[in-house]
Amino acid sequence: MIKMENIRKVYNTGKVEVEALRNVDLHVKRGDFLTVIGPSGSGKSTLMNIMGCLDKPTSGNYALNGLNIKDMDDNTLSELRNKEIGFVFQNFNLLPYASTYENVEMPLLFAGVSGKIRREKVTSILNKVGLSDRMHHRPNELSGGQKQRVAIARALVNSPNIILADEPTGNLDTQSGAEIMQLFVDLWKEGNTIIMITHDPRAKEYTDNFITITDGTIQA
Amino acid sequence: MIFKNIRMILRELSKQKLRTMLTLFGIFWGTTSVILLLTFGIAVKASTSKTMHGMGEAICVIWSGKTSISYGGFPKGRQLSFYNDDAQYLKDQVPLIGEISPQYSRYDIAVNVGDKKQNFTINAVWPEFQDMRNMVPREGSRFINNLDMENRRRVVFIGNEVEKTMFGDTNSVGKMMLIDGIPYKVIGVIIAKEQDGSYNGRDKYAIFMPTTTYLGIYGDRYVNNLVARAKNVNQTSQMKKAIVEAMAKKYRFAPEDTQALPIWDTTEYDQFLGTFFTGFTIFLGVVGVMTLIVGGIGIANIMYVIVEERTSEIGIKRAIGAKKRVILTQYLIETFVISSVGTIAGFLFARLLIFGINKAHLDDFVGVLILNPTIAILTIIIISSITFIAGWGPAKRASTLDPVVAING
Ligand SMILES: Nc1ncnc2c1ncn2[C@@H]1O[C@H](COP(=O)(O)OP(=O)(O)OP(=O)(O)O)[C@@H](O)[C@H]1O
Ligand SMILES: [Mg+2]
Repeated sequence: MIKMENIRKVYNTGKVEVEALRNVDLHVKRGDFLTVIGPSGSGKSTLMNIMGCLDKPTSGNYALNGLNIKDMDDNTLSELRNKEIGFVFQNFNLLPYASTYENVEMPLLFAGVSGKIRREKVTSILNKVGLSDRMHHRPNELSGGQKQRVAIARALVNSPNIILADEPTGNLDTQSGAEIMQLFVDLWKEGNTIIMITHDPRAKEYTDNFITITDGTIQA
Repeated sequence: MIFKNIRMILRELSKQKLRTMLTLFGIFWGTTSVILLLTFGIAVKASTSKTMHGMGEAICVIWSGKTSISYGGFPKGRQLSFYNDDAQYLKDQVPLIGEISPQYSRYDIAVNVGDKKQNFTINAVWPEFQDMRNMVPREGSRFINNLDMENRRRVVFIGNEVEKTMFGDTNSVGKMMLIDGIPYKVIGVIIAKEQDGSYNGRDKYAIFMPTTTYLGIYGDRYVNNLVARAKNVNQTSQMKKAIVEAMAKKYRFAPEDTQALPIWDTTEYDQFLGTFFTGFTIFLGVVGVMTLIVGGIGIANIMYVIVEERTSEIGIKRAIGAKKRVILTQYLIETFVISSVGTIAGFLFARLLIFGINKAHLDDFVGVLILNPTIAILTIIIISSITFIAGWGPAKRASTLDPVVAING
């Protein structure tokens, strides 16, 4: 499902060049639950962003569902991000002026889903993440765990095949961290492909499929 | 899709009330102040110009003076006087003259209407005087004409203040007034005009009658002064020269003796005014452009800050699947709505203020404010374009970035 070959990513900030990823080869199969670990600044988020088509590699090949993303135009990539991939950001990235409901509804608007179906989908996904009673709150009126759940609901609302999560439990207390982790495990058990950056030891209870990144390369 | 877009935009605009209000207010106020400023400037210019021209444009007022050079056997210091036929003489001698009129004047003449009594200056002139000296009769009344002259009619054309004093608020046209005990019929009243320049009193306090009538009663031998205007106002100085030469020949004084024939040439004054107004117009233009720039920078700044802030918003939307086109349409409509609502509201408010100011009768200070459509349209176009470019440009740029780059600003 995901096939990366010789991926390299260089950030060019003025004078300094940072090689965030080098010679990365990665293979993820449908239904996998892959966890990514590694020290801070090692390139985990960079890898995730490329995988989620939010960023482009400097060089190397990335094929998603057998298609090279290099050959895709912007509209196709937008549709991929919209329907195929659900991305949960390290720092939520919710729209601050929009309510829980509106944040979760947004991907459906971009997908052109009709009003009635939108309402059904948003309500049911908010039920699933346990936020039915926070529909009309804005992000700044929610706790960290609740925000993370809004972000997850938004990632899931278009029923994507791949869920990418960048430290979804990193900012949470033990209790809500456990709940969020359980949510992902449930999604995995339903057949979704999950790739998660995490240092949460609980992940190891469910999967022994993990990679370690140091200094931009995957350790064997 | 467009419809859905508009709903989404309206929703987002109303969600972000403070931001929207601030932007709208900036654009609104920018538009209002630019329009008001320019309208004020134009009104001041127009009212000053009107005041300055109240006495008439491009005319020469000619007096007889004292010679200052001995000439033709006469010593210097000789007092000259115009005779009754001098106006006609000049008209025949100087083809450059378009209109000419003698002017006889008597001051402090007793005028009676009923039991009202007051002294005024009376003048006797030809019908040509009307056009040269900007004597505009009120509707339903007229100035002295040729028939009045031929028939030596006892008719008078009076200043609006004369009417007010002698007749109160009633219409004096057709009524009689006694001047030096002799009855005259009022045939016309001058409309109220602004007059800054004058030589023997303001027209609004004066009474005018035909010279034939006047001479029949008072029998003057000398004319007070002459008023002339060139056929072609560009030839005023040639006309002056020809007049001086003709008079020098008749009265035997040196043609270069400027004191023998003092002439007030209002074209010189007009030229000064012309320069002054050109300066004023340039000043207004500069102030207008500066205001536009300052207003524009303010608005551009607001829009820019908003879009900078919005870059990450655009990144988030792109990350969850918004196509470029959707983002662009959304922000295009949004900036369009904001810039048109802001500028049109600003325009309407400026109109309202102008209406209010005119209603409050401040016209003595600023003149009547007239909203110049060109200025209004140009202001609206320029300000909304600035808003549009400032708002749309960065949004367009943000939509072409990779989502992650946009999110991180
Ligand atoms: N936009 C950027 N511009 C320049 N350098 C960047 C940018 N984003 C990341 N980097 C650099 O690339 C390297 C990898 O960053 P990345 O965010 O992938 O690390 P990470 O493994 O996710 O770290 P963390 O665990 O702290 O989230 C770091 O050295 C970082 O400084
Ligand atoms: Mg990271």
